[in-house]
Amino acid sequence: MPKTYDAIIVGGGHNGLVCAAYLAKAGKKVLVLEKQHVLGGAASTDEPFPGFKFSLYSYVVSLFRPHIIRELDLPSHGLEIIPLECSFLPLPDGDSLCRWADPNLTRREIARFSQKDAEVYPEFGMAMMKMAYFVKRIIDAPAPDPLSNSPAELINLLRLGRYLSSFGPDVMYQQFKMLTMSAVDFLDEWFESDILKAPMSVSGIIGTFLGVRSPGTAYVLLHHYMGEIDGAFRAWGFAKGGTGGVSLACGSAARAFGAEIRTKAKVEKFIIKNGSCDGVVLENGEEIHAQSVFSCLDPHRTFFKMAGEEHFDDDFIRQLKRYKLRGSSGKVNLAVDRFPDFSCRPGDGAHVRGDIAIAPSIDYLERAYDEAKYGDFSRRPYINVVIPSLVDPSVAPPGKHVVSCFVQYAPYDIKEGPEHWPERKEAFGDAVVDTLAEYCPTLKDSILYRQIHTPWDMERDIGLTEGNIFQGELSLEQLLFLRPAVGWSRYRTPLKNLWVCGSAAHPGGGLMGSPGELAAKTYLGSLKGPQ
Amino acid sequence: MPVPTPFHSRTSECCTSLLYKDWAGYYAVRSYDTYPEREYFAIRHAAGLIDVTPLFKCEVYGAGAAAFLSQIMVRNIAKLKVGQVAYCCWCDGRGKVIDDGTVARIDDTYFRVTSNWPSVAWLSRFSRGVEVTIEDSTHNIGALAIQGPYSREVAKIVSDIDVGELGFFWTTPSRIDGVDVHISRTGYTGDLGYEIWVDKKYAVKVWDAVMSAGKGYGLLPAGLDAMDITRIEAGYLLNGVDYYNANHCIIESRKSTPYELGFGWMVKLKRGSFVGRDALVVEKSRGPQRLLVGLHIDWDEHAALFAEHGLPPEIASAAWRTSIPVYGESGEQIGYANSGTWSPILKKNLALATVKAPFGKEGSKLRFEVTVEYERRTVTATVVKKPFFDPERKRA
Repeated sequence: MPKTYDAIIVGGGHNGLVCAAYLAKAGKKVLVLEKQHVLGGAASTDEPFPGFKFSLYSYVVSLFRPHIIRELDLPSHGLEIIPLECSFLPLPDGDSLCRWADPNLTRREIARFSQKDAEVYPEFGMAMMKMAYFVKRIIDAPAPDPLSNSPAELINLLRLGRYLSSFGPDVMYQQFKMLTMSAVDFLDEWFESDILKAPMSVSGIIGTFLGVRSPGTAYVLLHHYMGEIDGAFRAWGFAKGGTGGVSLACGSAARAFGAEIRTKAKVEKFIIKNGSCDGVVLENGEEIHAQSVFSCLDPHRTFFKMAGEEHFDDDFIRQLKRYKLRGSSGKVNLAVDRFPDFSCRPGDGAHVRGDIAIAPSIDYLERAYDEAKYGDFSRRPYINVVIPSLVDPSVAPPGKHVVSCFVQYAPYDIKEGPEHWPERKEAFGDAVVDTLAEYCPTLKDSILYRQIHTPWDMERDIGLTEGNIFQGELSLEQLLFLRPAVGWSRYRTPLKNLWVCGSAAHPGGGLMGSPGELAAKTYLGSLKGPQ
Repeated sequence: MPVPTPFHSRTSECCTSLLYKDWAGYYAVRSYDTYPEREYFAIRHAAGLIDVTPLFKCEVYGAGAAAFLSQIMVRNIAKLKVGQVAYCCWCDGRGKVIDDGTVARIDDTYFRVTSNWPSVAWLSRFSRGVEVTIEDSTHNIGALAIQGPYSREVAKIVSDIDVGELGFFWTTPSRIDGVDVHISRTGYTGDLGYEIWVDKKYAVKVWDAVMSAGKGYGLLPAGLDAMDITRIEAGYLLNGVDYYNANHCIIESRKSTPYELGFGWMVKLKRGSFVGRDALVVEKSRGPQRLLVGLHIDWDEHAALFAEHGLPPEIASAAWRTSIPVYGESGEQIGYANSGTWSPILKKNLALATVKAPFGKEGSKLRFEVTVEYERRTVTATVVKKPFFDPERKRA
């Protein structure tokens, strides 16, 4: 059978498309296969209700690597990112806290709760930025492997060590603390006000099945400070037309470089002959052959479903079986017929043109986690709300709005069993709307359409096993050279010609594009000679 | 001291930052917020409403008006159809540019000229024996620009005519909330956009109607800082920043010809005499000695210089207007950039620069000065085609 393609990429999420674009740019003949009718996977936009465009799952852009934007010239392919202007925390007692782009305004806001916190806040930002700057170097390259004795690896580690020490002891101490502490403990070292710490701590739990007081969650806080949407360290943003805009721009770049992209093309199985992955079989029986196959799917799908356990040794399989997916979040998207007015700060304004956190206290967040620990969704969940239609009129008809709610916790493993999610789905949606309506009383009457994604739905619809939005928790034991398995963090797999390029690979999930980019670059480098 | 524009009672309500500047003797909002970002993104993704009243306006009318303006402008104004608008420049007798602006043919014998500097005196120099009246109307007319992808939707709602039919660089009389106005499909942002010209007595009424129509489309009042970013993305020059009015220059070398500024396409030499024509014939055959070009400043090199100091890349948060030296590859200074900005939509660092002609070819690699941690360094800047940003919707 002739090898038709140099590379087949299984999964048209943003990472698969970034990978495809880099490979095609290097002159490779590339085919991307996406099972859905739209590109993007977890980063897609669709119009399930006429006139309203929903960012189905992923809803803000912050970590997408600026050098990828430049190298693939994504702005010329339609990528437009509109910054979020504020972080708004409505409180049940009618008070609220806004953290604005304007540092003086923010200082005055925080000072209403703690003068000391208000003054420390920018210093905290500076310290986090320093650490983010350090982490950036790790994110933008394949993970260093401390277990390897190869001279190249040792030199790489030495360089990294020297780089880290150039930041001075303070940053190093903070960095080590950050890797081990809980988000709340870490914030306690800086701040005294619960009202400030609660909305800050939630960045540590996004997508994990941990609470804000669980050790290891401090590291994920850092991701908030990695936002580099404009090349300079910057805040978060909306992709114009919804998050799918990011994927569509990557797809357009890939096509412009010559890649072929097929949607509604569901891969059933990899073709494996003589210990080598030679192509894929589609659901309709079509066989497509290639020199290499890149899987953008999570490890469970890649190794257990698509390849088959029998092709891997016991140790590798054992590691993957322990790899934590356990989705913990859901998404509720609302189409509403009027402006969602928050009673603590009525009217339209910059405060609602950013992210809105329903996270009134640390205990509230911890209680939300308690329910999840014992197999239920949170009755009063943490909700991260955005209303992109306020800044991007292209996503809703005039005067109407899209309200996107990221909700935690919604554990995959509810006590009745995950297959019972469909029966609990509406109750979950009600809990979210009820919670939000306490702050936004007109909400319930204004809902024209409600879309609910539970972890169960995410598994079935976009193939995220257990509905984990990062294709595996971003906890320390699953990061760097440990992601997805010890010894296999370099995008290769034990199976010849099978590569991984999704969020399950280093540096992980969060709409970065890095796994796709680094997989492509590692592969292209390997063609030049032995590593 | 600057005076308020006819929209001041409304703009001042919105301008919580109190950031104003003096634009041609008027209080003009620089930025309604502390930072111009929100207004910039409104212009590029929704719609922005900009008070452009301070733009100088001059009414030119009479039986001889068309022929008269054709004598002064480098374009043949007599060829404009009623309702058409021309962007053009005008020169002194030596072919040096005085100013640039728009000329709108409102009816057969009635024109409106906009400019960066007052133009009545200059135009009047050539009016002896011509049947024409020239009047400054700057203080009588309020001007509002609605700019951005949803500007058409907003304009459609407020206006009694089908704005969708109005072509790029055309103007039409219309009514807004019972007030007579002119609407032109023009602007200074390089986006889809309209400008509304209204008697100052009814200015506030028109502002209110537009703001109310824009509610569903994310319309925001936008200040000059946001407009400045967009005009650089659009590659539009600013008289007094990127080049100078020939009448304001002490030394010859500060003056510019249309060919140097990239206005060569406007100059119609074959149509017979007009002010500066003879000099422009010579200039054209000789070729311009310098060129005003667009530069892409290399971001990776920029970031690398800051990384040497362990710093994230720093950049001005708004458009800048200081003169920055530009060098050739061998290190000699070959020009200067007088304005530039980080483009949030293109994710590129841009500048408008004047360089010696041999260095102005598209694709030329130049060196651009950057100050990094108090040190003067340089990074690569590539000459690229203008406009930097040119969405289809602008003309569609």
